[in-house]
Amino acid sequence: MADLATATRKSALTARGGFSEVVLTPAPAASRLSLRAGADALPGLSASLGVTLPTRPKTSASNGKRHALWLGPDEWLVIDESEADLMAAATTSGTLHSAVDVSHRNVAVVVSGPGAEVAINSGCPQDLSLAIFPVGACSRTIFGKVEIVLLRLAEDTFRVECWRSFSPYVFGMLSEGAADAGH
Amino acid sequence: MLLIYCPYCEEERSELEFRNAGDAHIVRPTNIAEISDEEFEEFFFLRQNPKGLIFERWRHIHGCGRFFNAARDTVSDRFYTTYKAGEPKPDVAAILKGEQDKGAAR
Ligand SMILES: [Zn+2]
Repeated sequence: MADLATATRKSALTARGGFSEVVLTPAPAASRLSLRAGADALPGLSASLGVTLPTRPKTSASNGKRHALWLGPDEWLVIDESEADLMAAATTSGTLHSAVDVSHRNVAVVVSGPGAEVAINSGCPQDLSLAIFPVGACSRTIFGKVEIVLLRLAEDTFRVECWRSFSPYVFGMLSEGAADAGH
Repeated sequence: MLLIYCPYCEEERSELEFRNAGDAHIVRPTNIAEISDEEFEEFFFLRQNPKGLIFERWRHIHGCGRFFNAARDTVSDRFYTTYKAGEPKPDVAAILKGEQDKGAAR
């Protein structure tokens, strides 16, 4: 007869402390742009923003503290960790585009450590192995019940962007996943 | 978990990232203000609901956000193929023949 799985009792607050495999850090404030544009606007926008908007799925481009993440064939999330004025930069491009300042719509959690993949995969169905989701890869996807944008900053470090009001849920789910990553 | 190939992301993703968006290749009449109530009903409400092969719109809502089309089997839930919005409807006979050949090879 097959062995029955045995649940182990753990404290209700187990997932609120530190974890051996994963570190969760709320990211500092950043400015963010939800950008929609056609192919003909890309050279102008890239020049104004100082970062080349990527055109391949699941890729990003970075220039210092500024990151441009491909979300869809005509959609990008631009993040500036130094809180620079991205709207002003887009405006000077002289191109036809749609830019919405979403700096305060999103917050981000930086997930790092050897268990980072496991913590995120506790609620996200994407293949995060390095061959499929290399450093610099990004994607809008799902985490538990909410939508997130993932960016791989390093082999063992991810930036998880989510809507502000969903952030306690995301941080809680990541904590649960991080607690499991040690097992 | 069911994996669906998004023609815009160019890879298979979990079904959790997608939403069904009804039948594909429904053409809106160009003379919409002139058609009768019966014709509007036919265009707007009435669908075949076939058992087997169906052409549907799907949206990669928690991914690239794009609508695309898919040929799916309503019995097995198998996706035969997906293709970008605006591309022509694939040949039904060719799809089913391909499936038969695969079956025979098994
Ligand atoms: Zn997609």
